[in-house]
Amino acid sequence: MQPRGDTLNATIRKALESHGNGAVTVLSSLLTLEDALGYIPPEAIEEVAHLTHTTVNDVWGVASFYPNFRFEPPCEHVVEVCWGPTCHLMGAPAVMKEVLATLGLNTEGDTPDKRVTLKFNTCLGACAQGPVMSLDHHLVGRLTPQEAGKRLSGVVGMKGNRSLQ
Amino acid sequence: MILWRGREWLFGAPTFFSRMTQAYESLKQQATARQQALAGKPRVRIGTALCGQAAGGLEVADAFREAARARSLDATVSQVGCLGLCYAEPLVDLQWPGGPRVFYGNVSPEEASGLVEAHLVRGQPVWERALAVSGDGATVSGDVLTLEALEMMKGQVRIALRNAGHIDPADVHEYIATGGYAGLDRALSGMTPQQVQEMVGASGLRGRGGAAFPTGTKWRFLMGSPGPVKYILCNCEEGDPGAFNDKGILESDPHTLVEGMILAGYTTGASNGVIFIRHGHEGPVERAKAAVRDAYGLGLLGKNILGSSFTFNAEVSLVGESYVAGEETALMEAIEGKRSMPRFRPPFPAAYGVWGKPSNINNVKTLAYVPEIVAKGPTVFSGVGTERSKGTAILCLTGAIRRPGMMEVPMGMTLHQALEGLAGGAPGGKKIKLLQTGGPLGGVLGGDQLDVPLDFDAMARAGAILGSGGIIVADETTCAVDLTRVLMTFCQFESCGKCFPCRTGMTHMMEVLERICRFQGESIDLPLLERVGASMAAGSLCGHGQLGFNPVRSALRFFGDEFKAHIESKRCPAGVCNGEYLTPQRARR
Repeated sequence: MQPRGDTLNATIRKALESHGNGAVTVLSSLLTLEDALGYIPPEAIEEVAHLTHTTVNDVWGVASFYPNFRFEPPCEHVVEVCWGPTCHLMGAPAVMKEVLATLGLNTEGDTPDKRVTLKFNTCLGACAQGPVMSLDHHLVGRLTPQEAGKRLSGVVGMKGNRSLQ
Repeated sequence: MILWRGREWLFGAPTFFSRMTQAYESLKQQATARQQALAGKPRVRIGTALCGQAAGGLEVADAFREAARARSLDATVSQVGCLGLCYAEPLVDLQWPGGPRVFYGNVSPEEASGLVEAHLVRGQPVWERALAVSGDGATVSGDVLTLEALEMMKGQVRIALRNAGHIDPADVHEYIATGGYAGLDRALSGMTPQQVQEMVGASGLRGRGGAAFPTGTKWRFLMGSPGPVKYILCNCEEGDPGAFNDKGILESDPHTLVEGMILAGYTTGASNGVIFIRHGHEGPVERAKAAVRDAYGLGLLGKNILGSSFTFNAEVSLVGESYVAGEETALMEAIEGKRSMPRFRPPFPAAYGVWGKPSNINNVKTLAYVPEIVAKGPTVFSGVGTERSKGTAILCLTGAIRRPGMMEVPMGMTLHQALEGLAGGAPGGKKIKLLQTGGPLGGVLGGDQLDVPLDFDAMARAGAILGSGGIIVADETTCAVDLTRVLMTFCQFESCGKCFPCRTGMTHMMEVLERICRFQGESIDLPLLERVGASMAAGSLCGHGQLGFNPVRSALRFFGDEFKAHIESKRCPAGVCNGEYLTPQRARR
């Protein structure tokens, strides 16, 4: 369960105090919180503004700019499929189609039961093994659509998940 | 008074010169002793850079650890970086104490137990499974080649990648034992910053990030800027799809970058260094953070480095997903924690950079060369390459190619030699149709242009750029229009939105290209693209908008007929375009 209220505020403050991402800035604080919580709750925006002596508006400006950040509690799993040129040439469109079909989605986003988030990524950094996807930040390369579907089902678990049946 | 002087002698050193060497010498002794201890035990090295991970390297590493544990075998299992042979990942090399290193390619976790039993317990390499062998020691079996004789390795000259795949990137001692930080020691113990600058200038090193500006000259700009706070920024943003050599260096040999950065700091009188990486690439981020931490631990960073009067601090800074963050002024904005949008220039970074302080930005590859140049002299670099492009090119070959991977070849080698020779050409007997070089904004080269040499100027004359060294290869099954559309979708997605000609122009161009791919293009579309491109070039602050028309222009130059077929005959000659696009719905519009 996601932390709420005071617990959430305490978690935010704890994460911000111990962050090891270089100088304390709006961006480094937000990245730290994204790592710690998996999303940026409204409380975090205020806390970061307070910590960095900026306004909520400034913080929101940064948070809304980078596609890393999400503003709702995360799903259990995150799946990223690369659509960069190399992966595209090596068959990413077919992989993507299979992933979308497996998850019952039309485009990137969360499954209705909030179990899986699908993201398109411009480059996962393993181009030599394209097409590539990442399952809960674990890279899988040299994919065929069948292999992608299989690996995806293995991670998110077919059973008891309506959107995956 | 005499006693006090005695203490100085005892704890300090008689002269400036030998005091320095002492600090380094003790590090070197410590490292060599550790290395010898390591050599007395069986060793397993497994490639677990991003390319290795995507091929399953982490599972293989676990399997080898488990196999050694099951036999109570005291073996050292190291997760090394990328040797460049990405086609053979997961790549494992096993070494019996005192024996040669035997490389096994495409290893599955199930094979771990058998390989450990045969090679490391019984001392009998499994030759029929071996890809290559390296080092002297046991006799080499008949048809197994040495590492250097592999097609992919033949003709490579490894300067920046000298340690990649060979040393444990998490072990600073292994770096020192193989000659690491000798360049820093040499500079601090007997060279003035001017001498280091002249040496780097004499090597002919030009920036490897894309602009190919002479590094020595760039450093001189910063030398002239007032201190005391000045920054050396190391750009490892590397958002170019198809390029992973910066990440590869960080994952394989992070200390060569840290050393290069300290040397840049010493030369320019800078006080701080920042390594700038994209959040989410966990391997390179962790390696960089660990390398900085270890360098502090050994007195290679911080106050009085190696006992000298030079002080330099470094940290790792993360940025969100943003391609434009690789642009030098946008990078500085991101380090300051803002949206990564480019600044107006002038003032240039050497005068007004990050936090308003004088700054210098170098690419990872550029800095990775510096330690070798300073340790061994400029000819180690200038002795390789062509008249105007010295040294080596670090290429990432991906796409329709038999042996995808990372290689370091001398400048002047032709594309044909690199692609057909080292990398084995297109698989399945197909022909190479086009090359996409230098990132999405670089350019497309036709498959008949392979006699172009790898050289900054020759590549530019051919209408492409060498850029950061990423080369995406496409065979006959690729539609040039479809690829252009994908490149433009990428550019549109990554436009930061600051300059409206780029923001709206990219979107416009993408829409036109989508229309062409849906066979709804009209004869006016090609001139329209050209006009939009001209406006973007005239009205954008940074290269993203200025070069935004490049992918289309270069594709039109070589594959104009294909565009015409889509527009006039309403057909896709390669049979690729079907009107289905699954690309992000988001953009920073």
